Amino acid sequence: MTKAKGLEVSLAVAEAVKQANVDVIAAYPITPQTHIVEELSVYVANGELDAEYVPVESEHTAMSASVGSSAAGARTYTATSAQGLALMHEILFIASGLRLPIVMTVANRALSAPISIWNDHGDIMAERDIGWVQIFAENGQEAYDLSIAAFKIAEDHRVLLPVCVNIDGFILTHMIEPVLFIDQKKIDAFLPPFNPALTLDPKKPVTMGPVGVPEVYAESRKQCEQALINSREIVAEVFDQWGKTFDRNYKLIEKNGPDEAKSLFITMGSMGETTMTAVQELTDSGESVGQVRIRLWRPFPKKEFLNAIAGAEELIIIDRALSPGSHNGPVAQEVKALLYDEPVKPRVHNVIAGLGGRDVTVKDFKKMYAMSRKNELDPNYTIWGVRSDA
Amino acid sequence: MLNNPGLENFEKITSKNLPRENYISPGHRACQGCAEILALAMVMKVAGPNTIVANATGCMEIVTSPFPQTAWKLPWIHVAFENTAAVASGIEAGIKALKRKNKYQDDLPNVIAVGGDGATADIGLQALSGALERGHNFLYVCLDNEAYMNTGIQRSSSTPYGASTTTSPAGSQSIGQQTWKKDMPGIAAAHNIPYVATANPGFHLDLMNKVKKALTINGPAYLHIYSACPTGWRSKPEKSIEVSKLAVQTNVFPLYEIINGKLTITKKINKPKPVVDYFKTQRRFAHLKEDDLKFIQQKIDEQLARLQRLETDKE
Repeated sequence: MTKAKGLEVSLAVAEAVKQANVDVIAAYPITPQTHIVEELSVYVANGELDAEYVPVESEHTAMSASVGSSAAGARTYTATSAQGLALMHEILFIASGLRLPIVMTVANRALSAPISIWNDHGDIMAERDIGWVQIFAENGQEAYDLSIAAFKIAEDHRVLLPVCVNIDGFILTHMIEPVLFIDQKKIDAFLPPFNPALTLDPKKPVTMGPVGVPEVYAESRKQCEQALINSREIVAEVFDQWGKTFDRNYKLIEKNGPDEAKSLFITMGSMGETTMTAVQELTDSGESVGQVRIRLWRPFPKKEFLNAIAGAEELIIIDRALSPGSHNGPVAQEVKALLYDEPVKPRVHNVIAGLGGRDVTVKDFKKMYAMSRKNELDPNYTIWGVRSDA
Repeated sequence: MLNNPGLENFEKITSKNLPRENYISPGHRACQGCAEILALAMVMKVAGPNTIVANATGCMEIVTSPFPQTAWKLPWIHVAFENTAAVASGIEAGIKALKRKNKYQDDLPNVIAVGGDGATADIGLQALSGALERGHNFLYVCLDNEAYMNTGIQRSSSTPYGASTTTSPAGSQSIGQQTWKKDMPGIAAAHNIPYVATANPGFHLDLMNKVKKALTINGPAYLHIYSACPTGWRSKPEKSIEVSKLAVQTNVFPLYEIINGKLTITKKINKPKPVVDYFKTQRRFAHLKEDDLKFIQQKIDEQLARLQRLETDKE
């Protein structure tokens, strides 16, 4: 393997999309997604990537044009953040409902109001039920690798669903990280050309997006959900194949730290790396603590998650989004619902941290751990670091 | 023809060489006397089999696609209400890229986006503007039945002044629709696209030739088709063609085309009938009083005079 190259993560993602040899990119600029699509437009402008770059007038059109181009049989990519993702909302359901394997990067950013360009997961958490495969990358290497793997997952005929790769805005998108790039030939061998199941072909006319009368609507939605549930296996298969081919292994759910750890931090996205530093330091000082990273968020890998937390007495679930008026943040809701059927349940603490780009440091995680040991965290959830003078 | 190389050897459609094949099957669920589906079928007749259609949510989408049935013999996609121009632009871009990369073996198809007046002049105006501005090679067809008919005759910005609809009802304090019909063809033309035209299924050859020109020309084209709606207009279903013709004969809906910015009135009415003749055919206008009709007649005359000025404009 060649030497790692220091590169801004957005540019590494653009490189991945270029290497996936996409046919169409339809995108609208929004901070912090911009560097990805700017770079792709440069590739198209100088002929490094033979694709149509459609500079649309909104994110709603970015997703709508993506639906059109994917239905026409073109490998299609887009990227967005926060308000842009929210503007796409309506069409996101249609992309999965029509079983179109679009790949999208979400550079996660907080939703307005107040307007914030900085990171949290509020944008994608508002889109949990869009029926897409949803993956969270943790660092630059993962962002690059999973952006390529996403096409293979999406286009697999057992899946045929859109895939969204989440990367934390600024914290990842604008960070220069060491990334190992893969030879184009190896990527071409890994990712065959897009072979759509059905296209808008005048020689074989099909009707896409017909009216779903009450007699068929439920069946149609059930089929889509089944496809999403079934995709878990294919995601695992593609990750496995990635590991064997490129020697970087990804699991749907990843457990770090001592096997027998009594307390486990549950994280998604880039915060996992900071948590791991805290876990390391706590372990060194004799605490029994580990970490579980959720890499695949939808479909939620139930079995893998339960295996990963087996034996733990306590979970500290970090949510990077608020679910206003609910009992917990979105990740904790998910986990608690899952634990209901389990005979032995760990205690669950839920910390909502890092909203709107608020820095969460190693010290913070250590403090969360200390508070959880003393049962000082709120029984439902604690919004971390809210100043009482504000 | 008018500085457009694509139209130099344009062979006109006449009653003798009219395309015979239909691409929308009978048995669809459009209302009796629906002139919108008639116009849509005429568009597709001209477009022929090498065509992909993107259809906005609306009457035409609903009546042609109740799963497991479909009236379409062409590849057809419905995504949502406000985005059909965006979907069409994606289809066009996708096939263009595939063709260039040798992954699409056939001749480039016609890409046609179809939307009603609400989908075009209201909720889909932004997506349409974007697609026209970006220069995609596609035809956008607005089938204008002058209100949200699919949801039950609510007013749109394309509803004519004075028409009573379910959300612009005539009442003691209201004339009905209080605003003048939005000039959609004018808005499309302001994008400096190569082809814009108005059409009307009551003048089928004029309509079909405009479709053919729009598809011949390279670049975005916009066709605004008057689509009589007996259900929404409270007119007689068997009179739809008569009503359609009257709209032109009274200059309520003038027929013209704009090729590379040059406007030509394609159906000149030497002795226009009074607007009231047209209004009498539809109960949506039944409440209008003499003064209202006088005002509308005056505005219609001004509207035509403006088109005539544009036609003679030498620049």
